[in-house]
Amino acid sequence: MKLNLGASARSLAKRLNEGRNPYILSSSLLVLGTVLVYISPRSIPAFLLFACAAALTYFLDMRKPVKLAMAVLIAVVIVPILGARNIFYLEVIFQISVFAALALGLNIVVGFSGLLNFGYMAFYAVGAYLWGFFGSQQPFLLHEIPGTAPLGTHFFMAPDFFYLFIFLGIIVAAIVGLIMGLPVLRVRGDYLAIITLGCGEIIRQLANNLDKPLNLTNGPQGITPIQRPTLPKELLAFFNRLFEPLVGHQVTENQFYNIMFYLIAVLVVVLVVVVTFRLEDSKIGRAWAAIREDELAAQAMGIPANKLKLGAFAVGASFAGAMGVLFAASRTFVSPESFTFLQSVGVLTMVILGGIGSIAGVIIGAAVVTVLNLQVLQSFSLFLAQLRQSDAVIPIINFHWKDLSNQIDPSKYQRLVFGIILIIMMIYRPAGILPAARRKRELKSNGDQGDGEAPASPGDAPASPGDPPASPGDPPTSPGEADSGDKGASRG
Amino acid sequence: MDKPGLILETLNVVKRFGGLTAVNKMSFSMEAGRIYSIIGPNGAGKTTFFNALSGIYKPEEGTIHFEGKRIDGLPPEKVTDLHMARTFQNIRLFGSMTVVENIMVGAYTRLKANAVQTVLRTSAFKAEEKKAEERAEELMEFVGLKGIGNELAGSLPYGAQRRVEIARALASEPRLLLLDEPTAGMNPAETEDAIALFRRLRDELRLTILLIEHDMRVVMNISERISVMDYGEKIAEGEPRDIASNPKVIEAYLGRGAAAGAGGGAAGGEAAEIGGGAS
Repeated sequence: MKLNLGASARSLAKRLNEGRNPYILSSSLLVLGTVLVYISPRSIPAFLLFACAAALTYFLDMRKPVKLAMAVLIAVVIVPILGARNIFYLEVIFQISVFAALALGLNIVVGFSGLLNFGYMAFYAVGAYLWGFFGSQQPFLLHEIPGTAPLGTHFFMAPDFFYLFIFLGIIVAAIVGLIMGLPVLRVRGDYLAIITLGCGEIIRQLANNLDKPLNLTNGPQGITPIQRPTLPKELLAFFNRLFEPLVGHQVTENQFYNIMFYLIAVLVVVLVVVVTFRLEDSKIGRAWAAIREDELAAQAMGIPANKLKLGAFAVGASFAGAMGVLFAASRTFVSPESFTFLQSVGVLTMVILGGIGSIAGVIIGAAVVTVLNLQVLQSFSLFLAQLRQSDAVIPIINFHWKDLSNQIDPSKYQRLVFGIILIIMMIYRPAGILPAARRKRELKSNGDQGDGEAPASPGDAPASPGDPPASPGDPPTSPGEADSGDKGASRG
Repeated sequence: MDKPGLILETLNVVKRFGGLTAVNKMSFSMEAGRIYSIIGPNGAGKTTFFNALSGIYKPEEGTIHFEGKRIDGLPPEKVTDLHMARTFQNIRLFGSMTVVENIMVGAYTRLKANAVQTVLRTSAFKAEEKKAEERAEELMEFVGLKGIGNELAGSLPYGAQRRVEIARALASEPRLLLLDEPTAGMNPAETEDAIALFRRLRDELRLTILLIEHDMRVVMNISERISVMDYGEKIAEGEPRDIASNPKVIEAYLGRGAAAGAGGGAAGGEAAEIGGGAS
């Protein structure tokens, strides 16, 4: 039965990918999703349909430029317009982007190189506190008692230094990553997991306690306000002139900040994805995988394992550092609470759920977890709350909804829900939603056999540039490949 | 190390594990372009000696010179960089990577692109990757594998995995190749192919090959010189014919009583073979 289901799903997927079908399907779904979200900006099913339609453009077999054009259209035009009608969506997508970048960074350490890291949020904290300190009044309050800043304190830097600090965040987080990665030179496996956990907690405790002797972090209260980059007024006016009829109202400055941060976040994620793809498909990525599989054999093949492991830590950390800076600016507030151990576990959950070692999988993992967190569970809670206030009754057992205990609140059960999902995943799909698959190369010696992959023109074949969303080779995975992925996952 | 033509020379190499001396005062030298073998009963220290040569273990005493350079104490990746490569007794391929990728991993030290070039995908990087891929395919063909470049290495049959491992070692462009029991677990037909492959490695690629081997047919067939180890020490060295009739060797394999009983040289050869087969 199960086999049948898989086979029919595959034949359906094949039919959808024939000829002009994918173009028709994805554009019609996209239009449908857009219209639905446009008409009812608060409906979650409509948003999910839209999200799936957007994801589908990646998975369907279409020509690269078409995919790219559709992706740009979605990211730059459709989402900002829909988002302006319901800012909450921008928040959701912003968080998906942030967590996608974090998960991709962690994926380099855990998925590619097989080094467990339970303290990953530390790098995010480094980035956030970097801009949190320099982008606020904090440098002038070093000798003050922690608390809110006195009136009239100046900001330390001009707000537009933010852009510079994204790059500084990358560098500083990478350095912290190198330092935190030093234990990998001596310990591995479970011991490394414990040590990274400890390092992560050290950074959080530093943030918590560095309000004396010098008040660097303002302690548990956190730093606020943190500056946002200045808003390009002309751009806002331009956006309003162009899209006001579609949006239905003038977009305010605050709303436009959401659009701006969303765009920056998406840009960072695209860069992160490109860098990850390019690193994976190179001698560095192969060396990481070799170390994950068999460190001794890798060394005997000439791979300097220590150097590459530290490199994995640094690269992974740098992604988190950049996103930390962005996070601090968008929230205008940082506090140690955002960087707890549970947050690190949350990012690890995204990686494992999506498919450890798989770039597209990890992004999907981040999206699923964030949407569940922010939308599905919340709205379910809201729904229950409404039922509680209504006079509705479950007929047969004669249960009055208003008697439902207040304790039953799905949004508080995040961890429970994720725990259950993870257990189910580990049983039925241990390599994740979209398991990692090794890239099939266009080999000459395979050409005459014609094994599935059509031999492409030699020009763009092997080192096909790292434009991720459109490389048709990797995403489709058969169960066979899923099995092979298991090994990597369980090794991690 | 001063003698010309010596590609490898070790002097009094000692490797201890706690109280156990796994390799004891091992002095060994090898001429370039030859096929030598090291044999010995199980636990004689052959693989430990290999590990010391390839940098996985750091010997406590003694020196190892490779092509005139002192290499004892260097980490394995440095040794590989100096053009010495090895395979493992229990195949250690990267199972979840494809065959081509496995072989390309072997080329790591020969690829010069740095991280920045990798991320920017410079033309130098692309050319290098393409060359490495083509080279990997050539090597696959050389060791007799074709059309399986995209298979996962872990899913290949045993004999093919052995070949991939050799191809992976070749990708690092070695001048000395250490093969640790390369025909273990092969059937007679596969063994014949393997012997032919080793000959081609030497004759066509001009490699020097050092083998650890239990299969006496292989050892006697292709070695130009054999060293016998027992309890960490070299107990004999010489040409195959001499080794087969050496009473010390027979004793090491079969024990003192059997050696006394075996007597003649021809019988000794047989005995050694039986010993090899049994272990």
